Amino acid sequence: MSHTIIELQHVSKRYGDTVVLKDINIEIEQGKFYTLLGPSGSGKTTILRAIAGFLEVSEGDVLFDGQRINDVPANERKVNTVFQDYALFPHMNVFENVAYGLRIQKKPKKAVAQRVESALKMVRLEGYGDREISELSGGQQQRVAIARAIVLEPAVLLLDEPLSALDAKLRKDMQYELRELQQRLGITFLFVTHDQEEALALSDEIFVMNDGEVQQSGTPVDIYDEPINHFVADFIGESNIVAGHMIADYQVEFNGKTFECADAGMRPNEPVEVVLRPEDLDITSTDAGKVQVKVDTQLFRGDYYEIVAYDRLNNEWLIHSTNPAVDGDTVGLTFDAEDIHVMRLNESEEDFDARLESYEGE
Amino acid sequence: MKKNGTSMAFYVPYGLWLALFVIAPVILIIYQSFFDINGHLTLANYQTYFSSGTYILMTFNSVWYAFLITVVTLLISYPTAYLLHYTKHKQLWLLLIILPTWINLLLKAYAFIGIFSQNGGINTFLGMLGIAPKQFLFTDFSFIFVASYIEIPFMILPIFNGIEELNESFVNASRDLGAKWWQTFTKVIWPLTISGVKSGVQAVFIPSLSLFMLTRLIGGNRVITLGTAIEEHFLVTMNWGMGSTIGVVLIVAMVIIMFLTGERKKRGRRA
Repeated sequence: MSHTIIELQHVSKRYGDTVVLKDINIEIEQGKFYTLLGPSGSGKTTILRAIAGFLEVSEGDVLFDGQRINDVPANERKVNTVFQDYALFPHMNVFENVAYGLRIQKKPKKAVAQRVESALKMVRLEGYGDREISELSGGQQQRVAIARAIVLEPAVLLLDEPLSALDAKLRKDMQYELRELQQRLGITFLFVTHDQEEALALSDEIFVMNDGEVQQSGTPVDIYDEPINHFVADFIGESNIVAGHMIADYQVEFNGKTFECADAGMRPNEPVEVVLRPEDLDITSTDAGKVQVKVDTQLFRGDYYEIVAYDRLNNEWLIHSTNPAVDGDTVGLTFDAEDIHVMRLNESEEDFDARLESYEGE
Repeated sequence: MKKNGTSMAFYVPYGLWLALFVIAPVILIIYQSFFDINGHLTLANYQTYFSSGTYILMTFNSVWYAFLITVVTLLISYPTAYLLHYTKHKQLWLLLIILPTWINLLLKAYAFIGIFSQNGGINTFLGMLGIAPKQFLFTDFSFIFVASYIEIPFMILPIFNGIEELNESFVNASRDLGAKWWQTFTKVIWPLTISGVKSGVQAVFIPSLSLFMLTRLIGGNRVITLGTAIEEHFLVTMNWGMGSTIGVVLIVAMVIIMFLTGERKKRGRRA
């Protein structure tokens, strides 16, 4: 069992009548890469600011290493932040920016120079110390911001959408670098993003947020394969969500037919939502297919075709296929029992986990 | 070509203004400064100025008082502008600060004569507390007080703008990196708002160098600055040459101040 470094207990935040955070309970363990994922306005940055000390929570406790730090000012917290706009001091060069925190701590000159040098090396910016901030590209500024934060060897590094200002290619590169850096340093990263691909690629654990609440937390694979509700299924990856009924354990009915599935633990005939990922759907002949759909449009995405089709009940089906289909054709879709994921309506995360355990543990 | 001609036409009003009311007067002042009271071409005015203890003392006085006024306004304006930035209805408060500048300078000076005089507001108030009337008018204190009062809006505005432009995340970043409030102020807030301070200093120091009505009305001519001397030479002794010479000295002083407080080109890479 890893050591819990940061814990939020029943944290709420209100601005007047607007509730930004509703009863947040989060545990963050040492040395892992965490991501707060959610659309804008979901409260993810608010959580980060509460941990960094830039805002006071309305209710609840923020714990650091078991100590309540609600009243500890930002400058005394052992966390550092990489800001969304980097917030690099424009009147200082790269070296001075990175050295800032060390100078505040009044470290001897030699040690400062040494640590700044090694932090710059860590982000592959050796020899950039003399550059002015305005002379750097976006990606380089990003690295300076990271170096400035890690040079202080914080217990937790908070990253507030640090890649959102970079172009797609650079972003991908930085994702690899961030992941590598985190593993090398062994510092806990708490990363905020609205980009689900980024979250899935980087994290050990993801907190999916919406409307100021944590919807689901878990490993990327758990969240992708077993989303708890409509929001998570829709927000993470692409999905086909169809309404249906649970006939019995491992038997689900949708689209007028009963299918075998891998879910259980629900009331008989309970109304549910069924999730099928587009990449799990295969196109076959109409007779062999479990569902018959009519191809409407398709887009070539490079590594696959994205096909939009409609069944006879006019449900939309999204299919990822390596081969193109013919517009207007009626085709069959097949999928395996494990590809079906059944979601109960309004199930809480605890109930969801408990139910999963009840039949998966066997 | 036509387009070019039109855009040139836009410069005409300002060009005329510049030529007639800025360049021509400066040339005239410099020209005048080379003539003595009898209209002979001479360098005697400059000789007198730099060899006479009175003028040197006057120059020193002007600079010293302008410096004091600037320091006082800066000490009041910076915290005010800083607090203003965090105030809820800052535009309203700003308006209240600017409002006094709409009132004529002389009116304000006369108002202060009323307030500071022997039977004015302050002495009446002190009298109610049982304190004997004090001399406020015609003291250095009242002069600096009133001059600062008049100049404060001109200092607050540029500093306020500077602080408004300061990105809040710089302050957060500094705190995040462990800096206390005071360290954040000296290392981040002050250096990043210094250009506003410089503009404010220019807007206050330079006019303060040549204040002359206040020196008489409030300072009671006990403080004789270069502004007063110019006025005396032009209106009383009719020695236009000498007055112009002092004018030239003032212009040079202003250029020096502009240079010292101006935005310099960003230095290159440090070694």
